[in-house]
Amino acid sequence: MPGDVIIRLENVTKTYTMGAVEVHALRGVTLSFTQGEYVSIMGPSGCGKSTLLNLLGCLDRPSAGRYELGGSELSLLDDDMLSEIRCGRLGFIFQSYNLIPQLNVIENIGVPLYYQGRPERESLEMAAEFAERVGLSERLHHRPYELSGGQQQRVAIARALVNDPLVILADEPTGNLDSASGTEILSILDDLNKQGKTLIMVTHDEHIADRSMRVVRLRDGEVVSDVWN
Amino acid sequence: MSGTETAFNDVALRPRLSFSYLQRTIRMGFRSLWTHRLRSLLTVLGIVFGVASVIAMLAVGEGASYEAQEQIRRLGSNNIILRSLKPPEEDKVSTTRSFVVEYGLTYADIERIRATIPGVQVIVPARIKRDYVWRIARRVDCDILGTVPWYAELHDVTMQQGRYFTTSEMKRSLNVCVLDSAMAYELFPLDPAVGGSVRVGREYYRVIGVMKPETRQADEAAAQGGSNGGSTSASYQMYIPLTAAKNRFGETLLKRRSGSIEAEKVELHQATVRVSRQEDVVETAAIIADLLDRVRKKKDYEIVVPLELLRQAERTKQIFNVVLGSIAAISLLVGGIGIMNIMLATVTERTREIGIRRALGAKRHDIVVQFLIETVILSCSGGLVGVVLGVSVPLLIERFANMVTIITPWSPPLAFSISALVGTVFGIYPAVRAARMDPVEALRHE
Repeated sequence: MPGDVIIRLENVTKTYTMGAVEVHALRGVTLSFTQGEYVSIMGPSGCGKSTLLNLLGCLDRPSAGRYELGGSELSLLDDDMLSEIRCGRLGFIFQSYNLIPQLNVIENIGVPLYYQGRPERESLEMAAEFAERVGLSERLHHRPYELSGGQQQRVAIARALVNDPLVILADEPTGNLDSASGTEILSILDDLNKQGKTLIMVTHDEHIADRSMRVVRLRDGEVVSDVWN
Repeated sequence: MSGTETAFNDVALRPRLSFSYLQRTIRMGFRSLWTHRLRSLLTVLGIVFGVASVIAMLAVGEGASYEAQEQIRRLGSNNIILRSLKPPEEDKVSTTRSFVVEYGLTYADIERIRATIPGVQVIVPARIKRDYVWRIARRVDCDILGTVPWYAELHDVTMQQGRYFTTSEMKRSLNVCVLDSAMAYELFPLDPAVGGSVRVGREYYRVIGVMKPETRQADEAAAQGGSNGGSTSASYQMYIPLTAAKNRFGETLLKRRSGSIEAEKVELHQATVRVSRQEDVVETAAIIADLLDRVRKKKDYEIVVPLELLRQAERTKQIFNVVLGSIAAISLLVGGIGIMNIMLATVTERTREIGIRRALGAKRHDIVVQFLIETVILSCSGGLVGVVLGVSVPLLIERFANMVTIITPWSPPLAFSISALVGTVFGIYPAVRAARMDPVEALRHE
């Protein structure tokens, strides 16, 4: 496979305590992803795929195990450092788009740049450029509620791309879309991968998983299969 | 991009708090608040009214106390004012058809005071009679004060036109008079009052002067109380020489009251004693009281010491300020709690936004700054509106209610900074709560 290893998980576990009960969301996951991969993570609900994605996205910390991103060990970092990594190294695409309602398209795309502390003019230019790349240059000043689901997801993709991330994490990006806009979004993601972006996508749709080059299946917090298409 | 570079060696682009970052955060805060215009407006009302009431109440209070002090000061802080008072027991007797009540200060009293007390400077006796004053067909109900020429100087009376009467006019008991400006206008609406003449009963008086309107209040205050045999004082006043009053009206004043005739014999209605040193005023008043009591069976006079009134007014003002301060503190506290309440609700409502921002790289302190700035914007704009309102309300009161108001120069900045402080203090907890949220939980929030 092309490129270097950019993500390495070693025997990662995640345990939640809910009252007196301990829930083992991940029981020792060992995975690695290389530059330019397009990975689908699949599994029944409750299998720990969201937890895995949260860990990959530095939104959460593993209970045990090692997580290396771009060659750096992350499990020891504090909250601010994790924020900086999310800001500079990761792109998120969510099932429900998660745009900020009071900001317009260009401002939504610019949010990661704002937290990077880039000058306003520069970030607006960059945001406009990425809006154009997802075909939204006509709608720069629209609010999210004025856009269709597909358009909103395209804004989200532009936002995920704007900070030139090491890896894009997508959580069922087509889950809330009709099939036409879903296909549209998937083809954008395909294009991104062709341009060399690393994509890790959680889905439970086999057809979508078929488009990716690698499918990781989880069950009860463990990797049960890791197949290259 | 190569995978071997570390994940975080070039991400720390930003200083922790830069000017442009703050500027943009403030703009964003305005935007968020603008999205919920009505809510923001209602939230800040507490602060608005808190700040406005502090400034307005302070201004009105200051104005009222200034006015009171000014009135008292016009009575003269070195003065002691003696007034004849109808003894209460005799009121009952006067219900019979006709009866002459004899009471009050006498010329002998004045002599006694002058002879006994060394520090006393001037004594101004005054007689007050209430009657109609005519000019052709125009009639005015007024208090006629028989007094001495130096009354003007002692009571700080300034003239609008003409002059006050002189010693020689008093000695010759001439029928001359000084009118207050409102009365002059009432009687002489078109032609100048000075040089004209007015009629009281059968006597005519030549008008030689008109007083400035603001000096009247002091005399009004002086004439109030029991000085006119218990009846309320008229709103107009006319001044004539004491000797003229004595000669024309006599010492017995007749009053017709619903069916009964009442006569009072009063030599002097009022006298003012000026003491040379202010420290001696209170003591001298006590000596005078002692002196007067020695020759009377009943207490038929009262002693007013403006200095004591002044001190009392100052004490009242201090108490008033304390009360006002606590009201202001409470109202701002309530306003602050209101803001905090809404901000907590806002934080809960925007949990998802917080999650998104955290996922996109916001640090905890970014979230704190964001929400804190929103709260501060709320309270500061509330404070600003409050200041504008608080400054304009006293002006309106002055314009329409004819009251003196004084906006103390330090009250608007003080009220405003307190409101800003309230915003900061009450904004911290909601902001910290927002920042403490777990990003994963926040993103899952519906």
